[in-house]
Amino acid sequence: MEKHCTNSQVKGVSTGTTILAATFDGGVVIGSDSRASMGGEYVSSKTINKVIQVHDQIFCCMAGSLADAQAVTKAAKFHLSFHSVQMESPPLVISAASVLKELCYKNKDELQAGFITAGWDRKKGPQVYVVALGGMLMSQPVTIGGSGSTYIYGYVDAKYKPNMSRDECLQFATNALALAMGRDNVSGGVAHLVVITETGVEHVVVPGNKLPKFHDE
Amino acid sequence: MGLSSHFFSYENHNVRLYKGSTNAAPLPAASITSFTSRKHKPSFNKMATLTVSRPLFGGFSFENCKRNALLEGEANKVGCSLPAARKTGTTICGVVFKDGIVLGADTRATEGMIVADKNCSKIHYISPNIYCCGAGTAADTEMTTQIISSNLELHALSTGRLPRVATANRMLKQMLFRYQGYIGAALVLGGVDCNGPHLYSIYPHGSTDKLPYVTMGSGSLAAMAVFEDRYKPDMEEEDAKRLVRDAIAAGIFNDLGSGSNIDLCVITKGKVDYIRPHDEANKKGVRTGDYKYKRGTTGVLTKAVTPLALEVVEETVQTMDTS
Repeated sequence: MEKHCTNSQVKGVSTGTTILAATFDGGVVIGSDSRASMGGEYVSSKTINKVIQVHDQIFCCMAGSLADAQAVTKAAKFHLSFHSVQMESPPLVISAASVLKELCYKNKDELQAGFITAGWDRKKGPQVYVVALGGMLMSQPVTIGGSGSTYIYGYVDAKYKPNMSRDECLQFATNALALAMGRDNVSGGVAHLVVITETGVEHVVVPGNKLPKFHDE
Repeated sequence: MGLSSHFFSYENHNVRLYKGSTNAAPLPAASITSFTSRKHKPSFNKMATLTVSRPLFGGFSFENCKRNALLEGEANKVGCSLPAARKTGTTICGVVFKDGIVLGADTRATEGMIVADKNCSKIHYISPNIYCCGAGTAADTEMTTQIISSNLELHALSTGRLPRVATANRMLKQMLFRYQGYIGAALVLGGVDCNGPHLYSIYPHGSTDKLPYVTMGSGSLAAMAVFEDRYKPDMEEEDAKRLVRDAIAAGIFNDLGSGSNIDLCVITKGKVDYIRPHDEANKKGVRTGDYKYKRGTTGVLTKAVTPLALEVVEETVQTMDTS
């Protein structure tokens, strides 16, 4: 489409999203919505996958310009697989986050993408890292991102408890995504969730009609 | 995580001045008449001497974009406007059916408000099993698909295998991302390879989507409405062709930038059916009247013939050397 988005400041197709990640006792849940929009008025894809697997037990969620995010995650995936072959061991989650941070920071003038990296490694267990727009890297037990995140800061601050069980954390993440998708016009579709633990990776997809409903729906 | 920081350099350079050529300085002479008038020559020469050559250190050079903005400002001050790149103002779409892919496109190319070409071909060949529809700037879609087609053929010769659609998708997206959206090519890429039928939509900034049905171009909303209503997975070939034809027809009749005929391309394992035109939706009508008058319609009353006396003033003969 030739439309150039002048209202939203993201060039091209935007992921205009809600992404989140939270640690629980023994693992981490990372999730996102599935809508890609152009200019805040047209949904260019209802079913894109924003949770990308960069290594066996490390996933990352993308936000911002879809073109930039796809290019950066592909480059990061390559770097990480090369790094893990060289080290002869699975990479640490902080390595994955650092690779994304290097790419975002070194090209901060050209890129418009932010990431949340979550995973499990043998050294520190489940971790969540956030790489912000200009390349800042931070570790947090729970983090949210994207345009829809502004609507759920209160919910996350109130409802998150450290060391929840797996099911509690999954429910918390689903609720948070549902609330954000209900209020943000550029977030929507299905909720993609990935649960990463020491034993492996599990994908949970919650279609739109199975999302939790709240008092006014 | 705030994603609202404003990058000024890209928002100001949405004007596409020089289609295709980005580092070349000369303007295409045929399409600009006012710009090369005497009034502008001195300022243009001054601009040229101000640019300093600097060794490029990788990546794309955006220096000419600042120059273009300055030149546009100069032109606008005197009241002229710079030429616009010719866009295809299109409806293109694709759908995956049981045995393969159906791609469809209209055939109108517009230059502003005028139809530049009533029957242009928007479905481009990439490889024997992969075809690509292009929307956006005509030159960009043409050249991009030709470059990738050429590279893909070399790649296929080197691997010894039929090329895969994912390979073409990766090549296209990496090239478009490298040019940061300045190549205005929005593509619908479809084909059948060893892993089955695949359909991708590729946006000018380099993002791609792998979907069962896609539409692009100015008429994409009209076509998408038809798809959303009637798409079903695992359709038969005739149903899929009818669906694509109806989607393009919706774009043709509801979008000013799309029109003329409907082209279809059906790709299945081992066979490609390039149907051009599939449907002449807009046939030129037959004139019912004629403004030519037969001889004798007007009666001749009188006739007077006056021969003109011409005298030879000078006669020169020049021999030609035909040896």
